[in-house]
Amino acid sequence: MPSTTPKKRTRAGAFWKGAADGAPFLLVVAPFAMLFGVLATEAGLDVLETLMFSAVVFAGAAQFTALQLMQENAPTAIVLASALAVNLRVAMYSASLTPWIGAAPLWQRAIAAYFTVDQSYACSVVQFEKEPQMTVPQRMAYFSGVLSPIVPTWYISTLFGALVGTQVPDTWALDFALPITFLALVAPMLRTPAHVIAAVVAIITSLLTAWVPYSLGLIIAGTLGMMAGAQTELVLERRKANA
Amino acid sequence: MIDKPELWTVIIGLGIGSYALRFAFLGIVGDRPMPPWLLRHLRYTAVAMLPALVAPQVVWPAATDGAADLPRMSAATVTLVVGLLTKSVLTAVFSGAATLFGLLYLLG
Repeated sequence: MPSTTPKKRTRAGAFWKGAADGAPFLLVVAPFAMLFGVLATEAGLDVLETLMFSAVVFAGAAQFTALQLMQENAPTAIVLASALAVNLRVAMYSASLTPWIGAAPLWQRAIAAYFTVDQSYACSVVQFEKEPQMTVPQRMAYFSGVLSPIVPTWYISTLFGALVGTQVPDTWALDFALPITFLALVAPMLRTPAHVIAAVVAIITSLLTAWVPYSLGLIIAGTLGMMAGAQTELVLERRKANA
Repeated sequence: MIDKPELWTVIIGLGIGSYALRFAFLGIVGDRPMPPWLLRHLRYTAVAMLPALVAPQVVWPAATDGAADLPRMSAATVTLVVGLLTKSVLTAVFSGAATLFGLLYLLG
């Protein structure tokens, strides 16, 4: 466990901490959503259809995949299966959040499920591990806080992209905002050999399986990484017990 | 051109499917106890999935059409190392961004 002194948090405090932690992701979310708006209208969707797409599905990578395949006239079943495969990782996020917020009321979990995306998951799991003494209502407040800047931006930027059809210039290198923020979030979590091994196995596997279609390489890599971490933990525990 | 019935089938189908993926554990399992082996695996979800998600973008960035790129590789390395050493997410983000823009400017 990291050497953090237990902090007394109120729900409001947790919400605002979440909002502050979520804010940097606007750099990623805004251009990404705008790009979806631009590409969707270019593909012939009207503004309402584009917005409904973003609001109903609420999963950037899956939306791009579906849009691309529909333009290539892929059969509907293939479009759905591929886009869902791209989005399989959110099932793992959902599983990983369950030990932390599974005790929240069902209606809250039902709402949280819709909002389980890369950014809300990454920030929350980091925060919950760092301050395990947080109560469930505080955790839900934090989760909502992370989303509070991101969700409106997601909708508004989609709309903006659909209406104006402009893109952020490539020279801003915003493509790299996501890798940097995710690596920055993960690095402090690598505090045991098991965590390091999980990450290394996942990275190597993901590079080796990058050719696998529909982002399924990511699922393989994530699963192998998790297995490697869990096995290392078992081996280290056994060694400690024998010592 | 994408035809409208297909579009709405995809929007609604994908909406339901994506929601089901997210609701599966959070909603249905809730606070029922999960077996220790599963919890042990879930402890490593974040450190496995998030780096795996970005690794190909670091090595083969879309912005350079997949050609390895010194500024992006260096930025990723600096972010990771600074994050490991300082345990501070923000310091790591700013170090990585500074490396990226610095090198893009110098090499640009």
